[in-house]
Amino acid sequence: MKFSALSVFLQGLKGNRDWPAQWRTPEPKAAYDAIIVGAGGHGLATAYYMAKEHGMRNIAVLEKGWLGGGNTGRNTTIVRSNYLWEESEGIYEHAMKLWEGLSHELNYNVMYSPRGVMMLAHNIHDVQVFKRHVHANRLAGIDNEWLTAEQAKEFCPLLNIERNIRHPVIGASLQRRGGTARHDAVAWGYARGADRLGVDIIQNCEVTGIRRDASGAVSGVETAKGFIATKRVGVVAAGNTSVIMGMAGVRMPLESYPLQALVSEPVKPMMSCVVMSNTVHAYMSQSDKGELVIGAGTDAYTSYSQTGGLHIATHTLDAICELFPAVRRLRMLRNWGGIVDVTPDRSPIIGKPPVPGLFVNCGWGTGGFKATPGSGHVFADLVARGEPNAIAAPFTIDRFRTGRLIDEAAAAAVAH
Amino acid sequence: MLLIRCPYCEMERPELEFRYGGEAHVARPLDPMATSDDEWADYLYFRSNPRGLHAERWRHINGCGRFFNAIRDTVSDKIVVTYKAGEARPATTGEIA
Ligand SMILES: Cc1cc2nc3c(=O)[nH]c(=O)nc-3n(C[C@H](O)[C@H](O)[C@H](O)COP(=O)(O)OP(=O)(O)OC[C@H]3O[C@@H](n4cnc5c(N)ncnc54)[C@H](O)[C@@H]3O)c2cc1C
Ligand SMILES: [Zn+2]
Repeated sequence: MKFSALSVFLQGLKGNRDWPAQWRTPEPKAAYDAIIVGAGGHGLATAYYMAKEHGMRNIAVLEKGWLGGGNTGRNTTIVRSNYLWEESEGIYEHAMKLWEGLSHELNYNVMYSPRGVMMLAHNIHDVQVFKRHVHANRLAGIDNEWLTAEQAKEFCPLLNIERNIRHPVIGASLQRRGGTARHDAVAWGYARGADRLGVDIIQNCEVTGIRRDASGAVSGVETAKGFIATKRVGVVAAGNTSVIMGMAGVRMPLESYPLQALVSEPVKPMMSCVVMSNTVHAYMSQSDKGELVIGAGTDAYTSYSQTGGLHIATHTLDAICELFPAVRRLRMLRNWGGIVDVTPDRSPIIGKPPVPGLFVNCGWGTGGFKATPGSGHVFADLVARGEPNAIAAPFTIDRFRTGRLIDEAAAAAVAH
Repeated sequence: MLLIRCPYCEMERPELEFRYGGEAHVARPLDPMATSDDEWADYLYFRSNPRGLHAERWRHINGCGRFFNAIRDTVSDKIVVTYKAGEARPATTGEIA
């Protein structure tokens, strides 16, 4: 069914009882042309574009839990493209352009809201780094501008720019096209789109092994629902990537860390943009439900626990209360964690490990939601054609051997 | 927050007294000139990142200041054992989750 104003109206008359299921719940076939492991936003987008743009209809997405239940459904939904290096600008801006038309593309409201993302500078080092980003972005044709503290306050009246706080705001950079999108809707929209093109999305189907033939090439996957044959496997499993790649004997330059977020009780609209601060490590925006969505940091140690230390979250709240005194008396409703896969240079890996038929898209770490459409789009191209396109090409695993790192530690210094 | 037993102070103390130091037993190649690019990349960047028992370094930064190692289950975050720097990784069996 296609969603339209008319369909919403007619279903409304019937008490919304007759909406059809938005995707099937198929049992796995014995074999597929390609299998994507992980039904997060990136995996679902990959399958969608493989079907839509490369005509691959005999494919499946395998998910150990429920679709969108990983980092996709746990993230704070910040979308922006003002990274430092050309390689990053290439992929994040590619994603940004796709965000702009995504609701129409999918016939699904992903609630992309370009409300502006403002990053605060608190010291001279921040000022230098952000101005460098502003200039680099403008050279690449990507919007990003420098604001004084007063202009920052004008853009976000909630902000405290008093000089007498522990880390005073002395300026900010602003990407007006940045903003937020509804995380669940992104997973659901891509799932529905892929399903309609014939992709089998199989939930509760953990991949437990990767089978290889005598030549070493991939011949299928072992799963909770039995063996499934395929010659092409695309791993898009975020925090669990090292574990799955280990099944094929591949070591990865990754470490998995818990990253937390929390939301307040819902209140009337009080904040119309996103504000981030690397230095005090906090960021905040307001959801359409009215909750303030707050991002905290990663724990120091690697973990798969999907939870994090309380001191990490309270540390962030200290900073939030100083930057936004108006929220001091709000209660926090929920706090949760996700497991993010971090690379040494804070840039993703979109590549071909040395196992024929195996592909991997990972390392998005604390900031991959924003890339979802672009990541899926270029990874679909890689899995379908076997070779990376120009946007994906710099993000090889081999860069850790050659030294051609894409260092975005400054852009990604805050977990977002 | 983790409770970590410092093997030097012989006390369990809150995580805030410690600093994490990454995977343990990652030895710097003794002869860098004779080390291939692959080996060097593996030493610098590739990590085992297991879902299960992980040997890792900690430093009792707000205590005795010394480095030591711990084996922790990365699913439950429970520390199975801590031991002094320079000691071999103790035998541990299976996951304790
Ligand atoms: C608290 C938090 C806040 C964040 N905030 C932002 C933000 O504001 N902006 C931003 O851009 N990014 C943010 N991120 C990062 C972002 O969420 C991730 O980079 C992104 O969601 C990764 O997408 P994915 O589809 O690869 O991962 P996921 O959604 O995690 O999908 C991976 C899927 O693989 C499945 N899987 C794992 N192992 C197996 C197996 N063996 N078999 C089958 N399936 C398996 C998992 O169950 C999961 O569903 C945040 C992350 C967290 C945790
Ligand atoms: Zn000690």
